[in-house]
This record gives sequence, C-alpha cells and structure tokens, in this order.
Amino acid sequence: MNMNMNPNILVAAGIDPARAVPPHAAGTAGTPALSLRNFNFYYGKFHAIKNVSMDIQEKRVTAFIGPSGCGKSTLLRALNRMYDLYPDQRAEGELLFHGGNLLDRHVDLLDLRARIGMVFQKPTPFPMSIYDNIAFGVRMHENLTRAEMDERVEWALSKAALWNEVKDILTRNGASLSGGQQQRLCIARGIAVKPEVLLLDEPTSALDPISTAKIEELVSELKHEFTIAIVTHNMQQAARVSDFTAYMYLGELMEFGVTSQIFLKPARKETEDYITGRFG
Amino acid sequence: MAASPTSASVPGPNRQGLQDLIFKWTTWFFAVFVLLVMAGIIVSLVISAWPSIERFGFGFLTSSEWNPPKERFGALVPAYGTIVTSVIALIIAVPVSFGIALFLTELSPRWLKRPLGTAIELLAAIPSIVYGMWGLLVFAPIFGQYVQPWLTATLGHVPGIGILFSGPPIGIGLLCAGVILAIMIIPFIASVMRDVFELTPPMLKESAYGLGATTWEVMSKVVLPYTRAGTIGGIMLGLGRALGETMAVTFVIGNTNLLQSFSLYQSGNSITSALANEFSEASPGLHTAALIELGLILFIITLMVLAASKLMLSRMARAEGSKS
Repeated sequence: MNMNMNPNILVAAGIDPARAVPPHAAGTAGTPALSLRNFNFYYGKFHAIKNVSMDIQEKRVTAFIGPSGCGKSTLLRALNRMYDLYPDQRAEGELLFHGGNLLDRHVDLLDLRARIGMVFQKPTPFPMSIYDNIAFGVRMHENLTRAEMDERVEWALSKAALWNEVKDILTRNGASLSGGQQQRLCIARGIAVKPEVLLLDEPTSALDPISTAKIEELVSELKHEFTIAIVTHNMQQAARVSDFTAYMYLGELMEFGVTSQIFLKPARKETEDYITGRFG
Repeated sequence: MAASPTSASVPGPNRQGLQDLIFKWTTWFFAVFVLLVMAGIIVSLVISAWPSIERFGFGFLTSSEWNPPKERFGALVPAYGTIVTSVIALIIAVPVSFGIALFLTELSPRWLKRPLGTAIELLAAIPSIVYGMWGLLVFAPIFGQYVQPWLTATLGHVPGIGILFSGPPIGIGLLCAGVILAIMIIPFIASVMRDVFELTPPMLKESAYGLGATTWEVMSKVVLPYTRAGTIGGIMLGLGRALGETMAVTFVIGNTNLLQSFSLYQSGNSITSALANEFSEASPGLHTAALIELGLILFIITLMVLAASKLMLSRMARAEGSKS
C-alpha cells in the first residue's frame, strides 16, 4: 500500500477532504447516548480493555476499528452486558445511559437489552418462521394484537429493506433465506423491539459485496432513528457509514473523533499506519 | 497424471483403484450384513412363533387371557404393560432430563458442571438388576406408603385421570415400574440433550439474549427448536431402552397376567418380564411359540416407534423448509 493512501480512502468513500471537520469538534457534537468513563474489561485475569472514556453520540453512527484482538468487539458486547452470560468476564468503571450506570448489578438486563439491541457477525435466524423471527422479541416486551403485530413486522422488515423480498413468504423458515437476507432479517429483528441503540458487530463480514452495500445503505438510513455503534474490519466501510470513528489497539482507545478527521488527519502516527494499511 | 488426448494407451486399473475397490466392497458387505442379520432374526422369529400365529391369529393381540395349562394365550396384558410403563417413564423422564440439561448447559456454575454431568452418566452405568432390587426392596415400600396415598388424595380426584390413581397402594405395579424406568432412562436422555444443547452456536443464544429474552425463553423457544432432531433422537433412545428393559421391570411390575381396571397401581406384566419369567419353564410347543410371538410383537412395537420418530422428523423438516 502506498504511503499517501488516506486521502484516497476518503475520496473512495465519497468524503470530500476539504469538508473534514476540524479536530476540536471530535466527540463533542450532539448529545451522548452512551458514555464510557474509565471503562475496563477483564476476561478472567486478562485485561482486555484499558481505561476507555468516550461518548457515543445519539442518532449518529460510531465505528470501532482496529486490528484483531484490540478489544473493539469486547467493548461493543459490554455495552448491552452480553458478558454477563459468562462467569469469568467482568467490567469496571462507568457506562452511563440516561444518567444511570449500566454496570450496576441491579440493572434489569432484559429491559436493557430491549433498549440496546445487537446484530452479530454471522446471521443467526431463529429456527422459526420469518414472521416469528421478528415477532419473537416484540412479544417478550409488548402485548400487541394480531393486527398491531402484523403492522410492526411489516414496519421492521421495511426498515431493514427486506419487506419486498419476503412479504409473500412470511411463514417460511428464516434459515431458508440467503445470507444477506438473513442478516437483514436479524437487523429487522433487532429494530422491531424499537431499541434506542443498535450494536452491530462486524455485520457484513460474512456477506457478499452486494449484500454488504445494502446493509451499509441501511445503516445510513437507520441512523435517523437509532444510535448505532458498529465494529468493522473494513476501513472503507467505517469511512463510508460512520460519523465518528474510534481506533483501538491492544485494549486502549488510541484515537477517537469525527470520521473524516480520523481518516484525513489522524492525530497519531499509529492510527495513520493502521488506516493506510501499513500495519494491522 | 493428466490424460492427454493424444496418448494411445488407456490407463489400466492401478494400485489406488484396486484398494478403493476392495474398500468399497468390504464396506458394502458390512452394510448388507446388518440387513441380512435383521432379516434373519425376523424370519426366525416368525417361523418359531408360527404355531401360535396360526392358532390365535389377530385374536392374540386382543385377548387378555394367558393360561399355559389350557394353552390359551393373548398378548394384551404384557403389551399393555410394556406400553404403559414406557409412556409413564417418558412423561416423567423428558421434562426432568430437559431441566437437567438446561441446568448443566446454562445455569450451573463451572465447578459443578463436570461432577454433576459425570454423576448423571454414572446413573446409566448402574446395572439394571441393581435398579430392580433397589426398586423392590427400597423404593416400592416407600412409594406405596407415602407417594401413592398422596397421589390418590390429589390426582385421584381429577375427573378423567382419577381412575388411574385409584385402588390399594401396594407399591409395586405399573406405576412403580414406570417410575423406575424413568430413573433408568433419564441419564440417556439428559446427556444427549446436554450434548446437543452445547452444540448450539453461542451466537444464536446471544442473539436471543440480546433481544431481552430470559434463559427459559432462550432455551424453550430457540435452543429446543434448533436442536429438536438431536433431542428427539435422545428421547427415542430412552424410549427404546424403556421398551426393552427387562430385569428392573420384572422386579417391580408384579408379574400378574390380569387386567382388572385402568388403575396404574395394579400389578401387571410387560412383554420382557413375561419372557424372562416363563421362558425357562415353557414347554416346547404352543407356549414357547406364544412367548416368541410376544418377542416379535415387542420387535414390531420398537420398529414402529423408530419409524414414527423418523416420520415426525422428516415432516418437521419439510414444514420448516417451506410452509408457504
């Protein structure tokens, strides 16, 4: 890769380098949906995330990039306390959401996870019909009539740009869809419960380029209604879809700011090395 | 070697081809051998049972009379006993095994997982005769003294099924045999369920948890449907064992060839215990032929159970494929 790659990435991503936001705007615009303060995470004795403090802005897309094992997925999974399922994983510090600390033992996890939804690397349709895949989460939190549920399912599938493809086969099993459709089904399932925050953990890593493009388009659409945090290995994807980018390395937050600025004028040499492909 | 179109000689069978050929025919032989053995068993059962089949016809299945001196035989009592005890065993064992498997895969602290899992597998290692003796000498008296009176006082008053829990609580009988069978098949069903639950991709479970599902919702609505082929396989394994179990049942079922009421408290007989009890003393001729026909019936019941489970699975798979 050539040394002056970063402006090219911006151009490829459709960002005009001239419009790059000045550095002081980093992480300060808008209202934070989630705030991390001195956040630490441990797998047993392994210190996986070290003292991270950052804000995830409301109704914006925040991308997490960094080499494998840097802690970006770990951080994302900590935001809805998925780690609670595993006994030797724990988090310390503060994770503020509407003024409360989500790391508090007394937080109602069922409610929390309905408000902070998640989509995973590989599509994980439930072993039931397309309709029930969407209705599954909704039924747990709301009591809807059949008509309201129909409406909600259509709404969620339309939001995920899948309605037109599946409206005639709603009773078919979710696993019968193609990989890209399955992943959009998972996104639809996530937004059907109307969460405030949507966590996407490398949502396109198992998909073909056309499906990837559809999902990216979708992310740009969804940010008008949801706060989105996305982990990605694909630098162009981060540049294309996100408003803010966090670069992590070895469990530390190396740099965090407005996406165009991170890609155009990274403040740190390490960030520049990573995004230009000279490392990682 | 790449064959070029201009090469004159056709490559003959080489060592590789010969090895593959031998391997192919050996495996063929093994596979066909199983079928031959199976057919042989069926044929010899039918031949040996023929005097009885010829004499009683279909009446053998519907007659509850079992009278060796008068040479009148009917399979109703032992067949009823076999099916009823196995059904009782499944009704008890399936939910308990599901609970055990759920606890072991999702809820158990790590230090308890291995010892508990091993203990449940060890239950399967206890010889069935030990279950029989324990059932007769320890379990049945306690069962008759405390559990059966309590069942009569509670379920005995439920209209419809009340009749199943009526009669004198004497401990041994169909219900007792069913409970002992349940204990015996729990390790099989539970360990299969645990294994298939553990094969469920963590991401699938996390997706359900990620929507705010409780552990119960994740297990019953996502993991159980996802693993149903394996789960049904485990249940069928347990059912197969329950149908064929001999020693333990013989000890606690009571061994009477009478069918007086629908009460589960009454003594009865199962196909296997009838065979175990009478085979050594049966005179050659009609008595022996009738016992062999009992064995044939057990074989057919087991085959039907197996076929039914396969059918169920394939229908489920088809329903899953496209329901539109």
